[in-house]
Amino acid sequence: MAGDVLLEARGLTKRFPGVLANDSVDLLLHRGEILGLLGENGAGKSTLVKMLFGIHQPDEGDIYFKGQAVTNDGPGEAIARGMSMVHQHFQLVPPLTVAENIVLGNEPISRGFFNKRAAEKRVREISEQYGLTVEPTDVVGDLPVGIQQRVEILKALYRGAEMLILDEPTAVLTPQETDELLVILRQLAADGVGIIFITHKLREVLAVTDRVTVLRQGKGVGTAETANSTSASLAELMVGRSVVLRVEKDEAAPAEPVLIVNDLHVRDDRRQLVVEGATLQVRAGEILGVAGVEGNGQRELVEAITGIRPIDTGSAVVDGTPVGSKPRAVRELGVAYIPEDREKDGLVGGYSIADNLVLATYYEEPFASRGVRDFDAVAQQAEELVEQFDVRTPSINTPVQSLSGGNKQKVIVARELSKENRLVVASQPTRGVDVGSIEFIHNQLITARDAGAAVLLVSAELDEIFGLADRIAVIYEGRIVAELDPTTTTREEVGLFMAGGG
Amino acid sequence: MTEQNPSWQRQLVVPILAVVLGLLAGALLILLTGDNPLTAYGGLMAGSLGSAEGIGRTLDKATPLVLGGLAVAFAFKAGLLNIGGQGQLLLGAVFAAWAGFDFDLPAIVHIPFALVIGGLAAALLGALSGYLKAKRGTHEVISTIMLNFVAANFTEWLVSRDGPWKDPDGGAIARTPAILPSAEFPRVGELPTGFLVAVLAAVVIWWIVARSTLGFEIQTVGANPNAARYAGISVPRIIIIAMTISAFLAGLGGAIQTQGVIGRFEPGFNTGLGFDGITIALLARTNALAVVPAALLIGGLDAGSTLMQSRTNVEPEIINVIQAFILFFVAAPSAVRWLLRLRNAADEPEVQLAGGWGA
Ligand SMILES: Nc1ncnc2c1ncn2[C@@H]1O[C@H](COP(=O)(O)OP(=O)(O)O)[C@@H](O)[C@H]1O
Ligand SMILES: [Mg+2]
Repeated sequence: MAGDVLLEARGLTKRFPGVLANDSVDLLLHRGEILGLLGENGAGKSTLVKMLFGIHQPDEGDIYFKGQAVTNDGPGEAIARGMSMVHQHFQLVPPLTVAENIVLGNEPISRGFFNKRAAEKRVREISEQYGLTVEPTDVVGDLPVGIQQRVEILKALYRGAEMLILDEPTAVLTPQETDELLVILRQLAADGVGIIFITHKLREVLAVTDRVTVLRQGKGVGTAETANSTSASLAELMVGRSVVLRVEKDEAAPAEPVLIVNDLHVRDDRRQLVVEGATLQVRAGEILGVAGVEGNGQRELVEAITGIRPIDTGSAVVDGTPVGSKPRAVRELGVAYIPEDREKDGLVGGYSIADNLVLATYYEEPFASRGVRDFDAVAQQAEELVEQFDVRTPSINTPVQSLSGGNKQKVIVARELSKENRLVVASQPTRGVDVGSIEFIHNQLITARDAGAAVLLVSAELDEIFGLADRIAVIYEGRIVAELDPTTTTREEVGLFMAGGG
Repeated sequence: MTEQNPSWQRQLVVPILAVVLGLLAGALLILLTGDNPLTAYGGLMAGSLGSAEGIGRTLDKATPLVLGGLAVAFAFKAGLLNIGGQGQLLLGAVFAAWAGFDFDLPAIVHIPFALVIGGLAAALLGALSGYLKAKRGTHEVISTIMLNFVAANFTEWLVSRDGPWKDPDGGAIARTPAILPSAEFPRVGELPTGFLVAVLAAVVIWWIVARSTLGFEIQTVGANPNAARYAGISVPRIIIIAMTISAFLAGLGGAIQTQGVIGRFEPGFNTGLGFDGITIALLARTNALAVVPAALLIGGLDAGSTLMQSRTNVEPEIINVIQAFILFFVAAPSAVRWLLRLRNAADEPEVQLAGGWGA
């Protein structure tokens, strides 16, 4: 497996104003090795690799790459030396082709002109060599995210990368795309490339890495051989206490149906029908998990149910009342909504935690009377909810934009689940959230269920669906194509329906 | 509190520095043209603050600026850029004149009646822009600019030779008849009571923004319309309300101009007043209370320029140049910071009125 030492870092420390982002971290990477870098949001993973790659300069510590000390230089030098980084936000030019993007900055030239033919040939060679299938003539802007990521990786290989850093590459991928990426990483490692793979998903770490270095609050808290690790041991290292990964829940006691969706048709922003005849029911006291590859109408489905998007034909009925196109009227039926994109749709970044907690109830007693806001009542509720929902913040007046992803999500969860609900619609409730917060949010959803709410959970994470759902519905191309019992079905079967088979 | 502001003292730093730098730049220009800046600025001070009469003139000038500034600042809280202040002000001015000359009421009723008629006429125009934005997606910058032309031509027609509100005794002059004395804002000594109305409006607007649920809705729509919609706030409704109130304020500015300064509607006297609102709102960083001192400053520069000119050879246009400099320094706090090597002011929020584009 592991060859010579490729990169060694000792005692790396990086301070930002008010934060010790990295506190004397050590790291070792061999040729042909995949090293997982694991840690909660804000643990300092990105900061660490940015120092390795020359984006940040360390305040203290030394970096040795291929046996040579690296001092004070930028990403350009790092790339020249054979190190590449795939950023979470791709650095691609959408209107250019795959081949053009890959060779950009280092184009094959003949007679003073860019030789497109040669570029395409070279790209085809590398893509075959590493088993990374792409079509060199495709326009990048038209490609799915998973393929764009491959293009990023090919770009690194074209530049002769011996070491590759991937910062949360799977955050944007579907389960299938993730599996494909993991296969690719294994192949690259087999070819001798050293890889640092950042994630906070334990399953991926266990599936693909050789060793794992865990960061907690800027400190390296340990490095483990993956073969000797379990989800539980890694989670405990990450969070600093033992974490219950399997959600503990009792048997559901489903009662009367609360949400009845019948032959629902909904259009997306481009006026295309993307929900085409979806039918489902959620009963009080149960969690229905909707599994599906992103972009199969989930977003439009939940937006129609919550009154945010108009229904084309068909119906969605909550407790006998058809939902219209007034989100507030739907809320007042006892519907809570945790939207998929929390920054864009769920929060006002510049507002305090207190104001975000009353974003939907600011006009009701006791937060206002006769149109005048009562700031004492708003603050009092905020103090209680921050405590009860474990939001880690210096104060209730802190703007939410300065909180970590997990804490932002807890603010939304607190706002939505602290009231009495008939129906809870939760869309990707733990995306980009650290393990500790995931556990907490899952428990809150179970608590809502046990209090008698109907819960509609939409998630692209099969782990989440299997962990929480009492029933599974698979959505494919805007229709519910299967309803399955999580105790008798398998991940493979669900995956097959998600891909349109079955 | 909804707005997460740095302490108010820090908020003051940039505007005050901007004013100082603007005056310095003006002094340099005056020097270059061969005059003594001290004499010029002495005249400016004397003309705007040196006498009761000067102060009265400053307050007169500041009144429509306060209301125009509030109009822009308030709309901006909802993420809207109201460029239609000029047209809205014209409608307010002409309708207040009509209510002033065509109705005979006791002063205690007549003054507020004409004021409100002026405000409402303008509010309708603003509501139209709001409606177009909310329901048809027409950008408010486009619609308010277009409606400025509509309002300018419409008001001119009203008082033209064939217009219904033409002053029959005015000969060739396009204007309405003089309003009845019962519709005029009285002066207490040199203090124009219309200015008090403007200050009251600033306090009310500040209160609405900071304390009311409507203000919360407006700011939420301005800060993140998606989150507002998801939280159940009707974004179209808020856009229409915000544009309506904004235009109402600009209309009040026109009405007070008619009832407190000119005494009738005569198109030429109102030129450009509506556009100064943008300057004031920027200078005040869209804070309703700060609009008052900002308007007093700009109004005072204007009021003092005549005396400055008579004491030196400095053209009153230099005042526009100084205003432009001040505006530049306010709109670009980073430029001020760079000029003065101010460190650690990173949390200074940049006021970007252009944020309304593309929304
Ligand atoms: N450029 C920066 N300026 C100031 N603070 C930063 C900067 N980058 C990261 N931080 C802070 O450093 C800490 C570690 O962040 P980061 O390395 O991004 O964590 P991770 O990638 O593990 O989520 C966080 O508290 C973060 O707020
Ligand atoms: Mg990161």
